[in-house]
Amino acid sequence: MSATVFDERRNQIHRKGDTPFDLACDKDSLAGAVSQRACVFCGSRVVLYPIADALHLVHGPIGCAAYTWDIRGALSSGPELHRLSFSTDLRERDIIFGGEDKLYRALIELIDRHAPQAAFVYSTCIVGIIGDDLEGVSRRVEKEKGIPVIPVQSEGFKGNKRAGYHAACRAMFRLTGSGGTSAISAKSINILGDFNLAGELWIIRRYYERMGIEVVANVTGDGRVADLQRAHGAALNVVQCSGSTMDLAKMMQAEYGTPFLRVSYFGVEDMAESLYTVARFFEDLDPEIVSRTRELVKEELESLYPELEKYRSALAGKKAAIYVGGAFKAFSLIKAFRLVGMDVVLVGSQTGTKEDYQELYEITDRGTVIVDDTNPLELSSFLQDRHVDVFVGGVKERPIAYKLGVGFCDHNHERKTVLAGFQGMLNFAKEVHSSVMSPVWRFVPRHTTNSTPGSEEPASVPERLTAAGGA
Amino acid sequence: MLLRHTPKEITDRKILTINPAKTCQPIGAMYAALGIHNCLPHSHGSQGCCAYHRSTLTRHYKEPVMAATSSFTEGASVFGGQANLVQAIDNIFTIYEPDVIAVHTTCLSETIGDDIPQIARKAEADGKIPPGKYVIHVNTPSYVGTHVTGFAGMTKAMVDYFAESAGKKINQINIIPGYVEPSDMEEIRRIAEVMGVRTVLFPDTSGVLNRPQTGKYDMFPPGGVTVEALKSTGNSQATIALGQLASGPAARALDSKCKVPCEILDLPIGLKATDRFVDTLRRTAGTDVPDTINIERGRLLDIITDMHQYFYGKKVALAGDPDQLIALTEFLVSIDMWPIHIVSGTVDKDFQARIKEITQYVPHPVNVGIPGDLFLLHQWIKNEPVDLLVGNTYMKYISRDEDIPLVRFGFPVLDRIGHGYFPTVGYRGGMRLLEKILDVLLDRQDRDAKEESFELVM
Repeated sequence: MSATVFDERRNQIHRKGDTPFDLACDKDSLAGAVSQRACVFCGSRVVLYPIADALHLVHGPIGCAAYTWDIRGALSSGPELHRLSFSTDLRERDIIFGGEDKLYRALIELIDRHAPQAAFVYSTCIVGIIGDDLEGVSRRVEKEKGIPVIPVQSEGFKGNKRAGYHAACRAMFRLTGSGGTSAISAKSINILGDFNLAGELWIIRRYYERMGIEVVANVTGDGRVADLQRAHGAALNVVQCSGSTMDLAKMMQAEYGTPFLRVSYFGVEDMAESLYTVARFFEDLDPEIVSRTRELVKEELESLYPELEKYRSALAGKKAAIYVGGAFKAFSLIKAFRLVGMDVVLVGSQTGTKEDYQELYEITDRGTVIVDDTNPLELSSFLQDRHVDVFVGGVKERPIAYKLGVGFCDHNHERKTVLAGFQGMLNFAKEVHSSVMSPVWRFVPRHTTNSTPGSEEPASVPERLTAAGGA
Repeated sequence: MLLRHTPKEITDRKILTINPAKTCQPIGAMYAALGIHNCLPHSHGSQGCCAYHRSTLTRHYKEPVMAATSSFTEGASVFGGQANLVQAIDNIFTIYEPDVIAVHTTCLSETIGDDIPQIARKAEADGKIPPGKYVIHVNTPSYVGTHVTGFAGMTKAMVDYFAESAGKKINQINIIPGYVEPSDMEEIRRIAEVMGVRTVLFPDTSGVLNRPQTGKYDMFPPGGVTVEALKSTGNSQATIALGQLASGPAARALDSKCKVPCEILDLPIGLKATDRFVDTLRRTAGTDVPDTINIERGRLLDIITDMHQYFYGKKVALAGDPDQLIALTEFLVSIDMWPIHIVSGTVDKDFQARIKEITQYVPHPVNVGIPGDLFLLHQWIKNEPVDLLVGNTYMKYISRDEDIPLVRFGFPVLDRIGHGYFPTVGYRGGMRLLEKILDVLLDRQDRDAKEESFELVM
């Protein structure tokens, strides 16, 4: 077991309390590591794909389109064009002679048939290598068809997922500024960084509407091209999620002077604080808004807390581990686990920044392990050593947890219920409860041979990790 | 209507794939490599490829799927991926300690022209490959072939790298099971065992992607064909390859490399194809067909007899891979169903002719789309509706929109369980397929029956 951690990765793992905190991050993954990370294209695709009335054409070999076909259940209240998979399906011939002509003809055919409001053309690794002029083809089609045709510079090898978020933001930014804004209220916002998984955005939108705020554009859950085009007319950008849409907010601030606020809709504390922050922003225009918001929060909490109590009493003292894409979500998850009385013993992310990890360090308890860009072997040893009861992660992590007899909650693409908002906190507690308390664990060998998990002294972090922290 | 954007009117499309009935080569290579014991598949390209393949396989099997990647950056794509791959080989053998690293390429590493054998030799010269450990490879550019050819390529690589001929034949037969589920591989091996035939089955993902819950996580599970067994394939009496496209290349390579004669059969899906498989096993190994097998066959036949009225004239639309579709179409025709729309994203030169031959007596025109996609299939269905869909999970959109029952079959199945554990090959697999087909057809009949004609006994 002493070999579960690569030497090169030792400074990407830290156990709080041992040594001064200085976590290495934002590094390229080690070649040969079984990394849980994805690519630039993936980042762009997940951010843009919920825009439901746009055409999303993947210019590349079939795999890139196949694996991202309806990838994360982003719901639409109207068009469903985003749930189809369009690909130029590049073949060997195209690699030799170039794929521009194919791309041009594909765009024309699709725009004629589906009449989308805009088209996004995604670049892939191979397109970056053969050098197709996406910009040129897009301009030509845009001129001929009279809709925005926007290239997304998302070649897979040009960084990790975060670079893809940036490419997506640049693409969306090109849409802003072209729509009419005269009818937009002074008390108006854009919701950035929610993708309407399981319908979450609809819940958040209703909170803002109850506060008397107009929502101009959803970026990008249940998104529409026309909304993005008039997004610059909103008084404020409210940004959730660490990396994915922050760049758009920054670009809009520079170009249109639109201020932005960072929020999180996960967990009671953060949800309420987000609404108050936005309310305070509009207080000068609407002195009543804060009290209205307080009323809203009170109403929600009054129905939530008694329900939540049922789960809290069962979950108190259980141990949680968190490994997510962006670190920002981890902040809220830590608070949400605290609210139900659980301890977070491991927290990590694929793409956290220095600032993210510093903040994680500050809000975690002593003894918590903090990790950047981890891999299955490390994860499994943490889950076992720390006697974790529930693991929050993504697709590739779930079966590892289950094989070890550890409960699981998908807080990413595969979430099936709303986890955002006040209602979401209850769903989250219920989901954690359903997994942690499942009778199945009683049959799992790990649990039957040991004493009850959680009742024993917390295992010390293996020596190799403490040594690593000091390196 | 999730697919409301699909028009009924069919226009000629040559440049676009919409809702693909295929995916790219590397995932097939990764799946095949998981069928070697103590092997870590390695994706030589960007991180995304590896992450997507692992995610898709994980969703399909609900099992941990391990694979490493060269993690290409912009630098690697300009200067070549040699440094990344050499470092990866070193890291993998140091930390994860597999017996084999099975490298497959991607469109990126192919186009910049990385030469994998040359890089592997460099790694060896640098002392990065410990004694008794192996690096094997297959070229799988994503712009050539599909997941099926990627699987075929990695399976052939097992022969190219490992098969040895000692000049003396041993009493065993190679079976190449094709691009089928772990449960199918298990069943094929079981049938051979019951018939008393000693076999080497490769690749073999059973015990790798259908593991029991043990409370433990093993990076390298107990299943998979061992390197030793792969080496011995060159001394086997014969090779039986199942599925022309997925298994043919490896079988032929073994024939030319080690003079092991091969027979390439259809996948043993359904009565007739399983008959041919069992008969070939019997002939090749010179054994008799035991009662166990005859009883299984009889039971399958019994189900068909009991329920044949429910199959009669039911129209079916199918999508999947050529090897599966050929056998499945034959099975459906043999029980009096009418497969009328058939689509595969994978090109196979003999496919059209085989399907025409199999369906020649079906009293209905048969559409064959190769290469085709699910958008085309949906348009065909809109023009000529069917009673049943058979295909992967992506067919559920069509199923919902057109209100047609779907039997999930093929890759990927992202929303149901069972395929990892219960086979569809062999006589028992045929019984399971019929159970699934009858379940959805009869549920539909019950659902749609008027109150006065709702029947208890069916």
